Amino acid sequence: MSYTVRKFDAVIVGAGGAGLRAAIQLSEAGFKTAVLTKVFPTRSHTVAAQGGVAASLGNSEEDHWHWHMYDTVKGSDWLGDQDAIEFMVRKANECVVELEHYGMPFDRLDNGKIYQRPFGGHMSNFGEKPVRRSCAAADRTGHAMLHAMYQRNVKVNTQFFVEWQALDLIRDAEGDVQGVTAMDMETGEVVAFHSKVTIFATGGAGRIFYSSTNAFINTGDGLGMAARAGIPLEDMEFWQFHPTGVAGAGVLITEGVRGEGGILRNASGERFMERYAPNAKDLASRDVVSRAMVTEINEGRGCGPNKDYVLLDITHLDPATIMKRLPGIREIGIQFAGVDAIKEPLPVVPTCHYQMGGIPTNYLGQVVIPGADGPNTVVNGFYAAGECACASVHGANRLGTNSLLDLLVFGKSAGETAVDELKKGAAAHKPLATEAIEKTLARLDRLNTQKDGANVHETRLEMQRSMQKHAGVFRFNDLLKAGVSKIMEVADAVAKTEIKDKSQVFNTARIEALELDNLIEVAKATMVSAEARKESRGAHVRDDAHDTPETPDGRDDKNWLKHTIWHREGNRLEYKPVQMKPLTVDTIELKKRAY
Amino acid sequence: MAMDSAKQARIGRLKWHCRRALLELDIVFQRFWELKGDDLDEQTETTLTRLLALEDHDVWDLVNGRAQIDDPALTTLAEMLRNTCVPEPVKH
Repeated sequence: MSYTVRKFDAVIVGAGGAGLRAAIQLSEAGFKTAVLTKVFPTRSHTVAAQGGVAASLGNSEEDHWHWHMYDTVKGSDWLGDQDAIEFMVRKANECVVELEHYGMPFDRLDNGKIYQRPFGGHMSNFGEKPVRRSCAAADRTGHAMLHAMYQRNVKVNTQFFVEWQALDLIRDAEGDVQGVTAMDMETGEVVAFHSKVTIFATGGAGRIFYSSTNAFINTGDGLGMAARAGIPLEDMEFWQFHPTGVAGAGVLITEGVRGEGGILRNASGERFMERYAPNAKDLASRDVVSRAMVTEINEGRGCGPNKDYVLLDITHLDPATIMKRLPGIREIGIQFAGVDAIKEPLPVVPTCHYQMGGIPTNYLGQVVIPGADGPNTVVNGFYAAGECACASVHGANRLGTNSLLDLLVFGKSAGETAVDELKKGAAAHKPLATEAIEKTLARLDRLNTQKDGANVHETRLEMQRSMQKHAGVFRFNDLLKAGVSKIMEVADAVAKTEIKDKSQVFNTARIEALELDNLIEVAKATMVSAEARKESRGAHVRDDAHDTPETPDGRDDKNWLKHTIWHREGNRLEYKPVQMKPLTVDTIELKKRAY
Repeated sequence: MAMDSAKQARIGRLKWHCRRALLELDIVFQRFWELKGDDLDEQTETTLTRLLALEDHDVWDLVNGRAQIDDPALTTLAEMLRNTCVPEPVKH
C-alpha cells in the first residue's frame, strides 16, 4: 500500500468546537492550516450541547471569576488542576465576547446584553446561592456556536478535509510529533499530513459504554491514536453518567421529567427512591439516583426479561401537563422505547454522558507526559483541546456548561501556543518519520487481509456490554477485577477483526473497524484506571469506599489526591500530583464536597 | 443481484452521511438501513440525500413531527422514518 505526503504548518484533527476555535487562531495568524474531520464540521457532536456556556459576565446579577473557579474546583472534587481552572474561568468572558463578535446569536436581555440563566452547581459568593452564569442561544447553543466558528474559519481560509478518517499520529524517534496519517473516505487514499504542529480536538469516546448519550461518531479517535503512539491517557476512570437514558437506546430523558413529578419504580412497582433519599426522593442528585437505580438492578429488582432497567413513571400526570411541560418526551418514548409515556412507564438506565479524562495537557494546550522534565514534560509539536484532552479542569466531575467553555478556552489556548511556537521558529518540518507511517500501513494491511477474524459489530457490542457491567456508574471491586481480564480478552478480538467488504469508496465497514481500534484503547484505559483507584471521588464511585471521618463519602485524599496516568505499553499505571496552586490566588483548600 | 460499484459507492456515502451529531438521528437512521437494506430505489435515494443535507435539529424536528415542511417527498420520508422505525413495545 502506498501513500502521498502533504505539508502544512498546522494540522488539526476534529472540527467540533475545540478544533474550529484552534483553527481560527492559526489561520488568522497566516499559517497554512488543515482541519481533518470525519463528518461535516457542523455535524460534530458539539451540536448536541444545549445548556449554554459558563462565563461570569455578571449581566443579570453580581458574579466573579473567583466564584466560578471555586464552583469548578468543588465540582471536580478537588481533582482538577487549580492553575488550569483559574486560567479557564478568567478567559471565559473574553472567549464569549469573541464568539459574540463572530456572529453567535446569544439570547439577549432587554438592555441588549447577553442573557444568562442559572445552571446546576454554579453559585455566587463561594457556594452561597445559585447565580445566572450560563450564556445560551435558546436550546441550540452548541449548534449556533459551531456555525459561527465555521463561518469565521471560511473567512480566514482554513482548509477543511471533510470526510477524512485520521489513522495514526506520526511521532519520530525523539518523541516529537510530525502530523498524522489519514484516509480519504471517498477514495480510500492514504495521506501523510506532515506538519510543524498537530492539534487533536477529536471529542470524547462515550461509545465505549453500551448505554451512552453520545452520537455514534464519538469513538475516541484522538485517544486511540495517542495511545498507540506511546502518549499516556490521564484520569480515564472518570466518566459522567446521567441517571435517565432510555434503556437500550441511550437517548437522554431530561431531569425535568422528575421535576414535573416523574417517579422511578422497580419491577414490583415500588417507588424505590424513598428508601435511598427519604426527603428528596426522585429529585435527589444525579449520582445518588444513579447509584440507587444500579443497586435495584444488581439486587434483582430490575424490570424486563433481563431485569436490567428500571421504570420512569409519569402515567399519573395529567396528559395535558405532559404535553405542555415536557414536550418531546412522548415522542422519545414512542421512537426509542416503543412506549407511550402517557399510558406506560419508560424503561431507563444510568447512561454515559461525558468523559472527564483524556490526553494530558497543560493550560497552554500542550500535551505533557512523564519524561526528562518531570511528570509534565512537553511533547514537541503536539497539542490537544476539548473533550479528548485532560487539562485538567473537570477533575473527577464536570459542571454543566463548563464543557463548552473548556473547548472555547483551550481550543484558543492550544491555537495561540502553536502560533507562538511557529512564529518563534521553534517548530519546523522535521524529516518525516516514515517508520511511523509504515506502522499505519501495516495496520490497514492487517485489516484488509484478515481471515477468520472477529466480527466488528459483535466485538464492539461485547466491549460496550463489558464496560457497562464492569465499570458503570457504580463500581464494585470484584466486577472491576474481572473487568480487566474481560476487556483484555475483547482487545485480543479487536486485534483480529475482519471485514468482508474490501472496497475503497465510502467503505463504512472499514471505518467502523478503525474506530473500534480506537475505542478499545479507551476502554482498556478506563477499566484498568478504575480498578486501581480504591476510593470514591466525583463520578468514580466504589461500593467498597466507605464514608468515614478520614474518608468523607469514600474520598481518600491522603492516598488518592493524584492523577492517574495509563500507559498502553504493558497496561501500566503511574500517578502525578494534582496542581493545587492556582496562577494568582490562594489555593482552594480541600473540604468535603456537599451541595 | 450484486449492486454495481457506482451505486455501492453512493449508498456507502449516504450511509456515512447518516452519521449525525445527535444520537436520536443515529438510531433512527440505523433502523432505517436495517429495515430497507442497501438497495434503495432511485426516488428514496434522492429524497434521503436531500433530507441529509438539512441541519440535525431540523431533521429531528421533521422526523418526530414537531415541524412540517412544504415538500411532499421529504414529508413522506420523514413520516416513514417516524412510523416504521418504532421499536417493538417492551414487556415489563
